[in-house]
Amino acid sequence: MAEPSVAIELDEVTKRYPGQREPAVDGFTMSINPGEITIFVGPSGCGKTTTMRMINRLIEPTSGRITIGGEDTLSLNPDELRRRIGYAIQQAGLFPHQTVAQNVGVVPGLLGWSKAKIAERVDEMLSLVGLDPGEFAGRYPRQLSGGQQQRVGVARALAADPPVLLMDEPFGAVDPITRGNLQDELMRLQAELHKTIVFVTHDFDEAVKLGDRIAVLGDRSTILQYDTPEAILANPADDTVAGFVGAGASLKQLTLMRVRDIEMAQAVTATEDESPATVRQRIEAEGRRYALILDKRRRPLRWVHFRQLTGSSMAGIGRPVGDQVSVQSTLQDALEAMLTEGGDAVVTGNRGEYVGTVQLDTVVTRIRELREEHAS
Amino acid sequence: MTLWEFVGDRWSRLAIEAYQHASVVIQCTLIAAVIGILIGVAVYRSPLGSIVATALASTVLTIPSFALLGLLIPVLGLGVAPTVTVLVLYALLPIVRNTIVGLGGVDAAVTDAARGIGMNRVAVLTRVELRLAWPAILAGMRVSTQMLMGIAAIAAYAKGPGLGTEIFSGLNRAGAANATNQALAGTIGVIVLALVVDGLYLIIARLTTSRGIRG
Repeated sequence: MAEPSVAIELDEVTKRYPGQREPAVDGFTMSINPGEITIFVGPSGCGKTTTMRMINRLIEPTSGRITIGGEDTLSLNPDELRRRIGYAIQQAGLFPHQTVAQNVGVVPGLLGWSKAKIAERVDEMLSLVGLDPGEFAGRYPRQLSGGQQQRVGVARALAADPPVLLMDEPFGAVDPITRGNLQDELMRLQAELHKTIVFVTHDFDEAVKLGDRIAVLGDRSTILQYDTPEAILANPADDTVAGFVGAGASLKQLTLMRVRDIEMAQAVTATEDESPATVRQRIEAEGRRYALILDKRRRPLRWVHFRQLTGSSMAGIGRPVGDQVSVQSTLQDALEAMLTEGGDAVVTGNRGEYVGTVQLDTVVTRIRELREEHAS
Repeated sequence: MTLWEFVGDRWSRLAIEAYQHASVVIQCTLIAAVIGILIGVAVYRSPLGSIVATALASTVLTIPSFALLGLLIPVLGLGVAPTVTVLVLYALLPIVRNTIVGLGGVDAAVTDAARGIGMNRVAVLTRVELRLAWPAILAGMRVSTQMLMGIAAIAAYAKGPGLGTEIFSGLNRAGAANATNQALAGTIGVIVLALVVDGLYLIIARLTTSRGIRG
Protein backbone atom coordinates (compact mmCIF):
# COMPACT_ATOMS: atom_id res chain seq x y z
CA MET A 1 0.00 0.00 0.00
CA ALA A 2 2.97 2.22 -0.56
CA GLU A 3 1.62 4.07 -3.60
CA PRO A 4 0.70 7.60 -2.66
CA SER A 5 -2.73 8.95 -3.54
CA VAL A 6 -2.91 10.70 -6.90
CA ALA A 7 -5.12 13.45 -8.25
CA ILE A 8 -7.05 13.25 -11.52
CA GLU A 9 -7.45 16.34 -13.69
CA LEU A 10 -9.92 16.53 -16.52
CA ASP A 11 -9.41 19.52 -18.77
CA GLU A 12 -12.03 20.51 -21.37
CA VAL A 13 -12.76 16.85 -22.09
CA THR A 14 -15.27 16.40 -24.90
CA LYS A 15 -16.75 13.32 -26.50
CA ARG A 16 -18.59 13.53 -29.81
CA TYR A 17 -20.05 10.49 -31.49
CA PRO A 18 -20.13 10.57 -35.27
CA GLY A 19 -23.58 11.36 -36.63
CA GLN A 20 -24.75 13.07 -33.45
CA ARG A 21 -25.16 16.81 -33.43
CA GLU A 22 -24.79 17.27 -29.68
CA PRO A 23 -21.62 16.05 -27.97
CA ALA A 24 -22.20 13.32 -25.34
CA VAL A 25 -19.80 15.10 -23.00
CA ASP A 26 -19.14 18.79 -23.54
CA GLY A 27 -15.98 20.46 -22.26
CA PHE A 28 -15.84 18.65 -18.93
CA THR A 29 -13.30 20.21 -16.57
CA MET A 30 -12.78 18.93 -13.05
CA SER A 31 -10.10 18.35 -10.44
CA ILE A 32 -10.56 15.13 -8.52
CA ASN A 33 -8.87 15.21 -5.15
CA PRO A 34 -6.35 12.50 -4.28
CA GLY A 35 -7.44 9.90 -1.75
CA GLU A 36 -11.08 10.92 -1.83
CA ILE A 37 -14.27 9.33 -3.08
CA THR A 38 -15.71 11.57 -5.79
CA ILE A 39 -19.22 10.67 -6.89
CA PHE A 40 -20.66 11.42 -10.32
CA VAL A 41 -24.39 11.48 -9.78
CA GLY A 42 -27.04 12.31 -12.32
CA PRO A 43 -30.01 10.97 -14.23
CA SER A 44 -29.65 8.06 -16.67
CA GLY A 45 -28.12 9.10 -19.97
CA CYS A 46 -26.51 12.30 -18.67
CA GLY A 47 -23.05 11.12 -19.71
CA LYS A 48 -21.66 10.34 -16.27
CA THR A 49 -20.57 6.83 -17.26
CA THR A 50 -19.10 8.10 -20.54
CA THR A 51 -17.12 10.68 -18.58
CA MET A 52 -15.81 8.04 -16.18
CA ARG A 53 -14.92 5.66 -18.99
CA MET A 54 -12.80 8.33 -20.63
CA ILE A 55 -10.54 8.33 -17.55
CA ASN A 56 -9.33 4.78 -18.32
CA ARG A 57 -9.82 5.29 -22.06
CA LEU A 58 -12.46 2.61 -22.52
CA ILE A 59 -13.90 5.55 -24.42
CA GLU A 60 -11.39 7.79 -26.16
CA PRO A 61 -12.04 11.49 -25.68
CA THR A 62 -12.56 13.47 -28.88
CA SER A 63 -10.65 16.39 -27.40
CA GLY A 64 -9.30 17.58 -24.08
CA ARG A 65 -6.73 16.32 -21.65
CA ILE A 66 -6.87 13.91 -18.71
CA THR A 67 -3.97 13.53 -16.32
CA ILE A 68 -3.61 11.05 -13.48
CA GLY A 69 -0.98 12.00 -10.94
CA GLY A 70 0.29 14.58 -13.44
CA GLU A 71 0.74 11.99 -16.20
CA ASP A 72 -1.16 12.49 -19.47
CA THR A 73 -3.26 9.37 -20.03
CA LEU A 74 -3.10 9.78 -23.80
CA SER A 75 0.66 9.33 -23.68
CA LEU A 76 0.29 5.78 -22.34
CA ASN A 77 -0.68 2.47 -23.95
CA PRO A 78 -4.39 2.14 -23.07
CA ASP A 79 -4.08 -1.49 -21.88
CA GLU A 80 -1.17 -0.66 -19.61
CA LEU A 81 -3.01 2.42 -18.37
CA ARG A 82 -6.01 0.28 -17.41
CA ARG A 83 -3.87 -2.19 -15.48
CA ARG A 84 -3.00 0.71 -13.19
CA ILE A 85 -6.61 1.75 -12.68
CA GLY A 86 -9.00 -0.46 -10.76
CA TYR A 87 -12.33 -1.04 -12.50
CA ALA A 88 -15.50 -2.38 -10.89
CA ILE A 89 -18.89 -2.46 -12.62
CA GLN A 90 -22.53 -3.15 -11.91
CA GLN A 91 -22.83 -6.86 -12.72
CA ALA A 92 -19.33 -7.40 -11.32
CA GLY A 93 -18.36 -8.87 -14.73
CA LEU A 94 -16.50 -11.78 -13.19
CA PHE A 95 -15.12 -14.36 -15.60
CA PRO A 96 -17.53 -17.28 -15.17
CA HIS A 97 -15.03 -19.89 -16.35
CA GLN A 98 -12.46 -18.89 -13.77
CA THR A 99 -12.40 -19.48 -10.03
CA VAL A 100 -12.61 -16.61 -7.58
CA ALA A 101 -8.85 -16.86 -7.05
CA GLN A 102 -8.14 -16.75 -10.80
CA ASN A 103 -10.47 -13.77 -11.22
CA VAL A 104 -8.76 -11.81 -8.47
CA GLY A 105 -5.32 -12.75 -9.79
CA VAL A 106 -5.94 -11.60 -13.38
CA VAL A 107 -4.36 -8.14 -13.23
CA PRO A 108 -1.29 -9.21 -11.20
CA GLY A 109 -0.94 -11.97 -13.82
CA LEU A 110 -1.09 -9.43 -16.64
CA LEU A 111 1.58 -7.42 -14.83
CA GLY A 112 3.81 -10.48 -14.71
CA TRP A 113 3.88 -11.14 -10.98
CA SER A 114 5.21 -14.52 -9.82
CA LYS A 115 2.72 -17.29 -9.03
CA ALA A 116 3.61 -17.28 -5.34
CA LYS A 117 3.19 -13.53 -5.07
CA ILE A 118 -0.17 -13.68 -6.85
CA ALA A 119 -1.44 -16.48 -4.58
CA GLU A 120 -0.44 -14.50 -1.52
CA ARG A 121 -2.06 -11.35 -2.89
CA VAL A 122 -5.31 -13.18 -3.74
CA ASP A 123 -5.65 -14.42 -0.15
CA GLU A 124 -4.93 -10.93 1.15
CA MET A 125 -7.51 -9.33 -1.15
CA LEU A 126 -10.24 -11.85 -0.35
CA SER A 127 -9.72 -11.31 3.36
CA LEU A 128 -9.79 -7.57 2.76
CA VAL A 129 -13.26 -7.73 1.20
CA GLY A 130 -14.52 -10.05 3.92
CA LEU A 131 -14.43 -13.41 2.12
CA ASP A 132 -12.63 -16.35 3.72
CA PRO A 133 -9.96 -17.43 1.18
CA GLY A 134 -10.15 -21.07 2.28
CA GLU A 135 -13.84 -21.18 1.56
CA PHE A 136 -14.13 -18.97 -1.52
CA ALA A 137 -10.86 -19.11 -3.49
CA GLY A 138 -11.80 -22.30 -5.35
CA ARG A 139 -15.40 -21.38 -6.08
CA TYR A 140 -16.78 -20.27 -9.42
CA PRO A 141 -18.74 -17.01 -9.74
CA ARG A 142 -22.06 -18.81 -10.28
CA GLN A 143 -21.63 -20.41 -6.84
CA LEU A 144 -21.67 -16.95 -5.21
CA SER A 145 -24.51 -14.63 -4.21
CA GLY A 146 -24.81 -11.24 -5.91
CA GLY A 147 -23.20 -9.49 -2.95
CA GLN A 148 -20.31 -11.94 -2.84
CA GLN A 149 -19.75 -11.46 -6.59
CA GLN A 150 -19.54 -7.70 -6.04
CA ARG A 151 -16.98 -8.23 -3.28
CA VAL A 152 -14.88 -10.39 -5.60
CA GLY A 153 -15.27 -7.69 -8.27
CA VAL A 154 -13.87 -5.09 -5.86
CA ALA A 155 -11.08 -7.47 -4.81
CA ARG A 156 -10.16 -7.98 -8.47
CA ALA A 157 -10.18 -4.21 -9.07
CA LEU A 158 -7.84 -3.64 -6.13
CA ALA A 159 -5.57 -6.65 -6.59
CA ALA A 160 -2.69 -4.84 -8.26
CA ASP A 161 -2.96 -1.99 -5.73
CA PRO A 162 -3.89 0.70 -8.27
CA PRO A 163 -3.90 4.25 -6.89
CA VAL A 164 -7.13 4.99 -8.77
CA LEU A 165 -10.38 3.05 -8.69
CA LEU A 166 -13.29 3.59 -11.08
CA MET A 167 -16.63 2.20 -9.98
CA ASP A 168 -19.67 2.22 -12.26
CA GLU A 169 -22.81 1.68 -10.19
CA PRO A 170 -21.09 -1.26 -8.53
CA PHE A 171 -23.87 -1.85 -6.03
CA GLY A 172 -26.77 -1.18 -8.40
CA ALA A 173 -27.83 -4.78 -8.90
CA VAL A 174 -28.01 -6.07 -5.34
CA ASP A 175 -30.80 -5.96 -2.77
CA PRO A 176 -30.99 -2.92 -0.46
CA ILE A 177 -29.64 -4.69 2.63
CA THR A 178 -26.62 -6.16 0.83
CA ARG A 179 -26.12 -2.79 -0.84
CA GLY A 180 -25.96 -1.08 2.54
CA ASN A 181 -23.43 -3.64 3.77
CA LEU A 182 -21.28 -3.23 0.67
CA GLN A 183 -21.35 0.55 1.06
CA ASP A 184 -20.22 0.25 4.70
CA GLU A 185 -17.52 -2.16 3.56
CA LEU A 186 -16.28 0.27 0.90
CA MET A 187 -16.06 3.09 3.44
CA ARG A 188 -14.09 0.81 5.78
CA LEU A 189 -11.74 -0.16 2.92
CA GLN A 190 -11.28 3.44 1.87
CA ALA A 191 -10.43 4.51 5.42
CA GLU A 192 -7.57 2.02 5.19
CA LEU A 193 -6.46 2.39 1.56
CA HIS A 194 -7.01 6.07 0.63
CA LYS A 195 -7.52 5.40 -3.07
CA THR A 196 -8.67 8.09 -5.46
CA ILE A 197 -12.10 6.72 -6.26
CA VAL A 198 -14.47 7.90 -8.97
CA PHE A 199 -17.88 6.39 -8.30
CA VAL A 200 -20.83 6.67 -10.68
CA THR A 201 -24.37 6.30 -9.39
CA HIS A 202 -27.87 7.62 -10.00
CA ASP A 203 -28.77 7.15 -6.34
CA PHE A 204 -28.32 10.44 -4.49
CA ASP A 205 -28.57 8.80 -1.07
CA GLU A 206 -25.70 6.52 -2.01
CA ALA A 207 -23.75 9.57 -3.14
CA VAL A 208 -24.36 11.31 0.20
CA LYS A 209 -23.37 8.23 2.15
CA LEU A 210 -20.14 7.45 0.30
CA GLY A 211 -18.94 10.69 -1.21
CA ASP A 212 -16.27 13.02 0.06
CA ARG A 213 -17.33 15.20 -2.83
CA ILE A 214 -20.29 14.93 -5.15
CA ALA A 215 -20.57 16.17 -8.71
CA VAL A 216 -24.20 16.50 -9.71
CA LEU A 217 -24.25 16.16 -13.50
CA GLY A 218 -26.88 17.28 -15.99
CA ASP A 219 -27.27 16.72 -19.72
CA ARG A 220 -24.05 16.28 -21.72
CA SER A 221 -22.29 15.78 -18.41
CA THR A 222 -22.43 19.46 -17.47
CA ILE A 223 -21.46 20.00 -13.84
CA LEU A 224 -24.46 21.47 -12.05
CA GLN A 225 -22.75 21.45 -8.67
CA TYR A 226 -19.48 20.05 -7.39
CA ASP A 227 -19.10 20.21 -3.65
CA THR A 228 -19.18 18.29 -0.39
CA PRO A 229 -22.40 16.40 0.41
CA GLU A 230 -23.02 18.78 3.33
CA ALA A 231 -22.83 21.83 1.11
CA ILE A 232 -25.03 20.37 -1.62
CA LEU A 233 -27.68 19.34 0.88
CA ALA A 234 -27.57 22.67 2.68
CA ASN A 235 -27.59 24.77 -0.45
CA PRO A 236 -28.41 23.16 -3.80
CA ALA A 237 -27.03 25.30 -6.64
CA ASP A 238 -30.28 25.40 -8.63
CA ASP A 239 -33.71 23.85 -8.96
CA THR A 240 -32.44 20.87 -10.96
CA VAL A 241 -29.98 19.97 -8.21
CA ALA A 242 -32.64 20.59 -5.59
CA GLY A 243 -34.95 18.25 -7.49
CA PHE A 244 -32.25 15.64 -7.61
CA VAL A 245 -31.44 16.02 -3.92
CA GLY A 246 -35.09 15.26 -3.42
CA ALA A 247 -37.33 15.79 -0.43
CA GLY A 248 -35.89 15.62 3.03
CA ALA A 249 -32.54 17.31 2.44
CA SER A 250 -32.37 18.24 6.13
CA LEU A 251 -33.07 14.67 7.17
CA LYS A 252 -30.24 13.55 4.87
CA GLN A 253 -27.99 16.15 6.51
CA LEU A 254 -28.61 14.39 9.79
CA THR A 255 -27.03 11.23 8.41
CA LEU A 256 -23.81 13.15 7.75
CA MET A 257 -23.36 14.57 11.24
CA ARG A 258 -22.29 12.66 14.28
CA VAL A 259 -23.30 13.18 17.88
CA ARG A 260 -19.68 14.07 18.73
CA ASP A 261 -19.89 17.01 16.30
CA ILE A 262 -22.52 18.89 18.29
CA GLU A 263 -22.71 20.29 21.74
CA MET A 264 -24.16 17.87 24.26
CA ALA A 265 -26.32 18.83 27.20
CA GLN A 266 -26.07 17.40 30.69
CA ALA A 267 -29.01 15.91 32.57
CA VAL A 268 -29.33 15.84 36.32
CA THR A 269 -27.89 12.48 37.27
CA ALA A 270 -28.40 10.37 40.36
CA THR A 271 -27.34 7.00 41.65
CA GLU A 272 -29.61 4.35 43.07
CA ASP A 273 -28.23 4.57 46.60
CA GLU A 274 -28.97 8.26 47.01
CA SER A 275 -32.04 9.37 48.93
CA PRO A 276 -34.93 10.56 46.78
CA ALA A 277 -35.15 13.79 48.75
CA THR A 278 -31.59 14.91 47.84
CA VAL A 279 -32.16 14.09 44.19
CA ARG A 280 -35.41 16.04 44.19
CA GLN A 281 -33.60 19.01 45.69
CA ARG A 282 -30.99 18.87 42.94
CA ILE A 283 -33.64 18.72 40.24
CA GLU A 284 -35.45 21.71 41.65
CA ALA A 285 -32.24 23.65 42.17
CA GLU A 286 -31.44 23.21 38.47
CA GLY A 287 -34.97 24.06 37.45
CA ARG A 288 -35.48 20.71 35.74
CA ARG A 289 -38.13 18.04 36.02
CA TYR A 290 -36.31 14.80 35.34
CA ALA A 291 -33.20 13.07 36.64
CA LEU A 292 -31.28 10.23 35.01
CA ILE A 293 -30.48 7.33 37.31
CA LEU A 294 -27.13 5.67 36.63
CA ASP A 295 -25.80 2.34 37.89
CA LYS A 296 -22.48 1.90 39.69
CA ARG A 297 -20.55 1.95 36.44
CA ARG A 298 -22.36 5.13 35.38
CA ARG A 299 -24.48 3.38 32.77
CA PRO A 300 -27.93 4.96 32.30
CA LEU A 301 -30.85 3.05 33.85
CA ARG A 302 -34.03 5.10 34.18
CA TRP A 303 -35.50 8.56 33.83
CA VAL A 304 -37.30 9.66 36.98
CA HIS A 305 -39.73 12.60 37.30
CA PHE A 306 -39.37 14.75 40.39
CA ARG A 307 -42.92 13.97 41.49
CA GLN A 308 -41.99 10.30 41.64
CA LEU A 309 -39.31 11.06 44.24
CA THR A 310 -41.51 10.72 47.31
CA GLY A 311 -40.63 7.31 48.74
CA SER A 312 -37.64 6.30 50.80
CA SER A 313 -35.65 4.50 48.07
CA MET A 314 -34.69 5.10 44.46
CA ALA A 315 -35.09 1.40 43.64
CA GLY A 316 -37.59 0.59 40.92
CA ILE A 317 -38.98 4.05 40.29
CA GLY A 318 -38.99 5.87 36.94
CA ARG A 319 -39.10 4.84 33.28
CA PRO A 320 -36.32 2.64 31.85
CA VAL A 321 -34.08 4.28 29.23
CA GLY A 322 -34.81 2.60 25.89
CA ASP A 323 -32.99 3.81 22.78
CA GLN A 324 -29.52 5.19 23.45
CA VAL A 325 -26.98 6.58 21.04
CA SER A 326 -23.18 6.64 21.10
CA VAL A 327 -20.90 9.55 20.27
CA GLN A 328 -20.28 7.94 16.86
CA SER A 329 -23.99 7.71 16.07
CA THR A 330 -25.42 9.95 13.39
CA LEU A 331 -27.79 12.75 14.32
CA GLN A 332 -30.42 10.75 12.45
CA ASP A 333 -30.05 7.98 15.03
CA ALA A 334 -30.20 10.61 17.77
CA LEU A 335 -33.40 12.06 16.34
CA GLU A 336 -34.88 8.58 16.12
CA ALA A 337 -34.02 8.01 19.79
CA MET A 338 -35.63 11.35 20.72
CA LEU A 339 -38.81 10.44 18.89
CA THR A 340 -39.12 6.99 20.44
CA GLU A 341 -38.09 8.17 23.92
CA GLY A 342 -40.22 11.29 23.82
CA GLY A 343 -37.45 13.52 25.14
CA ASP A 344 -33.70 14.03 25.11
CA ALA A 345 -31.56 11.22 23.68
CA VAL A 346 -29.09 9.67 26.10
CA VAL A 347 -25.52 9.47 24.78
CA THR A 348 -23.14 6.79 25.99
CA GLY A 349 -19.42 6.34 25.55
CA ASN A 350 -17.39 3.32 24.47
CA ARG A 351 -18.02 1.32 27.64
CA GLY A 352 -21.70 2.22 27.76
CA GLU A 353 -21.15 4.96 30.34
CA TYR A 354 -23.29 8.09 30.32
CA VAL A 355 -21.63 11.09 28.67
CA GLY A 356 -24.49 13.51 28.00
CA THR A 357 -27.76 14.05 26.18
CA VAL A 358 -28.77 15.43 22.82
CA GLN A 359 -31.64 17.91 22.76
CA LEU A 360 -33.93 18.58 19.84
CA ASP A 361 -33.14 22.31 19.96
CA THR A 362 -29.44 21.65 19.48
CA VAL A 363 -30.13 19.58 16.35
CA VAL A 364 -32.47 22.19 14.91
CA THR A 365 -29.94 24.94 15.58
CA ARG A 366 -27.10 22.97 13.98
CA ILE A 367 -29.10 22.39 10.77
CA ARG A 368 -29.97 26.09 10.61
CA GLU A 369 -26.32 27.05 11.12
CA LEU A 370 -25.26 24.74 8.29
CA ARG A 371 -27.75 26.32 5.93
CA GLU A 372 -26.56 29.79 6.80
CA GLU A 373 -22.92 28.77 6.50
CA HIS A 374 -23.34 27.38 2.97
CA ALA A 375 -25.71 30.11 1.83
CA SER A 376 -23.01 32.75 2.09
CA MET B 1 -21.75 -66.57 -45.58
CA THR B 2 -23.40 -64.65 -42.78
CA LEU B 3 -22.60 -61.01 -42.08
CA TRP B 4 -20.52 -62.08 -39.07
CA GLU B 5 -18.49 -64.50 -41.09
CA PHE B 6 -18.00 -61.87 -43.76
CA VAL B 7 -16.73 -59.35 -41.23
CA GLY B 8 -14.44 -61.94 -39.65
CA ASP B 9 -13.09 -62.88 -43.06
CA ARG B 10 -12.43 -59.30 -44.19
CA TRP B 11 -11.53 -57.92 -40.76
CA SER B 12 -8.06 -56.57 -41.56
CA ARG B 13 -9.28 -54.70 -44.62
CA LEU B 14 -12.39 -53.36 -42.85
CA ALA B 15 -10.29 -52.19 -39.90
CA ILE B 16 -7.97 -50.21 -42.17
CA GLU B 17 -10.93 -48.63 -43.96
CA ALA B 18 -12.62 -47.81 -40.66
CA TYR B 19 -9.40 -46.19 -39.47
CA GLN B 20 -9.12 -44.19 -42.71
CA HIS B 21 -12.77 -43.20 -42.46
CA ALA B 22 -12.43 -41.94 -38.89
CA SER B 23 -9.13 -40.29 -39.73
CA VAL B 24 -10.42 -38.31 -42.70
CA VAL B 25 -13.57 -37.23 -40.81
CA ILE B 26 -11.67 -36.08 -37.73
CA GLN B 27 -8.96 -34.30 -39.71
CA CYS B 28 -11.52 -32.54 -41.86
CA THR B 29 -13.49 -31.51 -38.75
CA LEU B 30 -10.31 -30.04 -37.29
CA ILE B 31 -9.48 -28.13 -40.47
CA ALA B 32 -13.08 -26.90 -40.63
CA ALA B 33 -12.89 -25.92 -36.96
CA VAL B 34 -9.83 -23.77 -37.54
CA ILE B 35 -11.37 -22.11 -40.61
CA GLY B 36 -14.85 -21.89 -39.05
CA ILE B 37 -13.65 -20.33 -35.80
CA LEU B 38 -11.53 -17.81 -37.74
CA ILE B 39 -14.57 -16.88 -39.85
CA GLY B 40 -16.75 -16.66 -36.73
CA VAL B 41 -14.21 -14.45 -34.94
CA ALA B 42 -13.92 -12.24 -38.02
CA VAL B 43 -17.65 -11.61 -38.38
CA TYR B 44 -19.35 -12.00 -34.97
CA ARG B 45 -19.21 -8.30 -34.09
CA SER B 46 -20.99 -7.30 -37.27
CA PRO B 47 -24.62 -8.40 -37.69
CA LEU B 48 -24.34 -8.17 -41.47
CA GLY B 49 -21.12 -10.19 -41.58
CA SER B 50 -22.70 -12.84 -39.36
CA ILE B 51 -25.71 -13.14 -41.65
CA VAL B 52 -23.59 -13.37 -44.80
CA ALA B 53 -21.20 -15.96 -43.35
CA THR B 54 -24.03 -18.13 -42.06
CA ALA B 55 -25.93 -17.84 -45.34
CA LEU B 56 -22.87 -18.83 -47.41
CA ALA B 57 -22.17 -21.83 -45.19
CA SER B 58 -25.84 -22.82 -45.41
CA THR B 59 -25.76 -22.62 -49.18
CA VAL B 60 -23.00 -25.21 -49.29
CA LEU B 61 -25.21 -27.58 -47.32
CA THR B 62 -28.03 -27.31 -49.83
CA ILE B 63 -25.81 -28.71 -52.62
CA PRO B 64 -26.18 -32.52 -52.72
CA SER B 65 -22.86 -34.02 -51.63
CA PHE B 66 -22.86 -36.41 -54.56
CA ALA B 67 -23.21 -33.52 -57.01
CA LEU B 68 -20.52 -31.43 -55.30
CA LEU B 69 -18.09 -34.34 -55.44
CA GLY B 70 -18.87 -34.92 -59.10
CA LEU B 71 -18.32 -31.23 -59.88
CA LEU B 72 -14.97 -31.20 -58.06
CA ILE B 73 -13.50 -34.26 -59.76
CA PRO B 74 -12.68 -32.39 -63.02
CA VAL B 75 -11.02 -29.64 -61.00
CA LEU B 76 -9.22 -31.55 -58.25
CA GLY B 77 -9.02 -35.06 -59.70
CA LEU B 78 -9.84 -38.22 -57.77
CA GLY B 79 -8.89 -39.33 -54.26
CA VAL B 80 -8.04 -37.27 -51.19
CA ALA B 81 -8.22 -33.73 -52.57
CA PRO B 82 -11.93 -33.63 -53.55
CA THR B 83 -12.88 -35.68 -50.47
CA VAL B 84 -11.21 -33.29 -48.03
CA THR B 85 -12.56 -30.24 -49.85
CA VAL B 86 -16.14 -31.49 -49.74
CA LEU B 87 -15.95 -32.65 -46.12
CA VAL B 88 -14.44 -29.37 -44.91
CA LEU B 89 -17.06 -27.32 -46.78
CA TYR B 90 -19.91 -29.34 -45.27
CA ALA B 91 -18.43 -29.18 -41.78
CA LEU B 92 -18.21 -25.37 -41.85
CA LEU B 93 -21.84 -24.38 -41.27
CA PRO B 94 -22.41 -25.86 -37.80
CA ILE B 95 -19.04 -24.60 -36.62
CA VAL B 96 -19.35 -21.09 -38.06
CA ARG B 97 -22.90 -20.71 -36.79
CA ASN B 98 -22.11 -21.99 -33.31
CA THR B 99 -18.98 -19.85 -33.07
CA ILE B 100 -21.01 -16.73 -33.91
CA VAL B 101 -23.79 -17.68 -31.49
CA GLY B 102 -21.30 -18.63 -28.77
CA LEU B 103 -19.25 -15.44 -29.06
CA GLY B 104 -22.39 -13.32 -29.35
CA GLY B 105 -23.75 -14.90 -26.18
CA VAL B 106 -20.85 -13.75 -24.00
CA ASP B 107 -22.15 -11.31 -21.37
CA ALA B 108 -21.22 -7.73 -22.34
CA ALA B 109 -20.39 -6.97 -18.69
CA VAL B 110 -17.74 -9.70 -18.75
CA THR B 111 -15.99 -8.35 -21.86
CA ASP B 112 -16.29 -4.78 -20.57
CA ALA B 113 -14.64 -5.84 -17.31
CA ALA B 114 -11.92 -7.69 -19.23
CA ARG B 115 -11.11 -4.55 -21.26
CA GLY B 116 -11.44 -2.36 -18.19
CA ILE B 117 -8.88 -4.24 -16.13
CA GLY B 118 -6.34 -4.03 -18.94
CA MET B 119 -6.62 -7.04 -21.24
CA ASN B 120 -5.82 -6.25 -24.86
CA ARG B 121 -8.17 -7.36 -27.66
CA VAL B 122 -6.34 -10.62 -28.28
CA ALA B 123 -6.37 -11.54 -24.60
CA VAL B 124 -10.07 -10.71 -24.30
CA LEU B 125 -10.76 -12.98 -27.26
CA THR B 126 -8.51 -15.91 -26.34
CA ARG B 127 -8.71 -15.81 -22.55
CA VAL B 128 -12.33 -14.85 -22.11
CA GLU B 129 -14.61 -14.89 -25.17
CA LEU B 130 -13.43 -18.10 -26.86
CA ARG B 131 -13.28 -19.91 -23.51
CA LEU B 132 -16.87 -19.00 -22.85
CA ALA B 133 -17.99 -19.81 -26.39
CA TRP B 134 -16.10 -23.11 -26.36
CA PRO B 135 -19.00 -25.40 -25.34
CA ALA B 136 -21.07 -24.00 -28.24
CA ILE B 137 -18.17 -24.35 -30.69
CA LEU B 138 -17.54 -27.92 -29.57
CA ALA B 139 -21.23 -28.72 -30.00
CA GLY B 140 -20.96 -27.40 -33.56
CA MET B 141 -17.93 -29.61 -34.20
CA ARG B 142 -19.86 -32.59 -32.87
CA VAL B 143 -22.72 -32.00 -35.28
CA SER B 144 -20.22 -31.56 -38.14
CA THR B 145 -18.48 -34.82 -37.30
CA GLN B 146 -21.76 -36.74 -37.31
CA MET B 147 -22.67 -35.27 -40.65
CA LEU B 148 -19.24 -36.01 -42.14
CA MET B 149 -19.44 -39.66 -41.09
CA GLY B 150 -22.23 -40.14 -43.60
CA ILE B 151 -20.87 -37.81 -46.27
CA ALA B 152 -17.41 -39.40 -46.14
CA ALA B 153 -19.00 -42.69 -47.23
CA ILE B 154 -20.16 -41.00 -50.41
CA ALA B 155 -16.63 -39.73 -51.07
CA ALA B 156 -15.77 -43.25 -52.16
CA TYR B 157 -17.40 -42.22 -55.42
CA ALA B 158 -14.38 -39.98 -55.98
CA LYS B 159 -12.09 -42.81 -54.89
CA GLY B 160 -11.79 -41.28 -51.44
CA PRO B 161 -10.61 -43.38 -48.50
CA GLY B 162 -12.89 -45.10 -45.96
CA LEU B 163 -15.79 -47.44 -45.46
CA GLY B 164 -17.68 -45.96 -48.41
CA THR B 165 -15.53 -48.19 -50.62
CA GLU B 166 -17.29 -51.26 -49.17
CA ILE B 167 -20.72 -49.71 -49.54
CA PHE B 168 -20.20 -48.67 -53.18
CA SER B 169 -18.57 -51.92 -54.12
CA GLY B 170 -21.38 -53.89 -52.47
CA LEU B 171 -24.05 -51.86 -54.20
CA ASN B 172 -22.32 -52.12 -57.60
CA ARG B 173 -22.21 -55.89 -57.29
CA ALA B 174 -25.86 -56.17 -56.21
CA GLY B 175 -27.02 -59.76 -56.57
CA ALA B 176 -23.52 -61.23 -56.54
CA ALA B 177 -22.16 -63.31 -53.65
CA ASN B 178 -21.72 -61.34 -50.44
CA ALA B 179 -22.76 -58.06 -52.12
CA THR B 180 -25.33 -57.32 -49.39
CA ASN B 181 -22.95 -58.32 -46.64
CA GLN B 182 -20.33 -55.98 -48.05
CA ALA B 183 -22.70 -52.99 -48.24
CA LEU B 184 -24.08 -53.76 -44.77
CA ALA B 185 -20.61 -54.13 -43.24
CA GLY B 186 -19.66 -50.71 -44.59
CA THR B 187 -22.89 -49.07 -43.41
CA ILE B 188 -22.86 -50.58 -39.93
CA GLY B 189 -19.18 -49.74 -39.67
CA VAL B 190 -20.01 -46.05 -40.29
CA ILE B 191 -22.74 -46.14 -37.63
CA VAL B 192 -20.48 -47.77 -35.05
CA LEU B 193 -17.70 -45.26 -35.77
CA ALA B 194 -20.15 -42.37 -35.45
CA LEU B 195 -21.33 -43.60 -32.04
CA VAL B 196 -17.78 -44.11 -30.77
CA VAL B 197 -16.62 -40.66 -31.89
CA ASP B 198 -19.74 -39.10 -30.39
CA GLY B 199 -18.84 -40.73 -27.08
CA LEU B 200 -15.35 -39.26 -27.39
CA TYR B 201 -16.89 -35.81 -27.84
CA LEU B 202 -18.71 -36.12 -24.53
CA ILE B 203 -15.43 -36.96 -22.80
CA ILE B 204 -13.57 -34.11 -24.56
CA ALA B 205 -16.36 -31.66 -23.66
CA ARG B 206 -16.11 -32.69 -20.02
CA LEU B 207 -12.34 -32.36 -19.96
CA THR B 208 -12.08 -29.05 -21.80
CA THR B 209 -14.99 -27.08 -20.33
CA SER B 210 -14.44 -25.16 -17.09
CA ARG B 211 -16.55 -26.33 -14.16
CA GLY B 212 -17.73 -22.75 -13.82
CA ILE B 213 -19.67 -22.86 -17.10
CA ARG B 214 -20.54 -26.54 -17.40
CA GLY B 215 -24.27 -26.87 -17.83
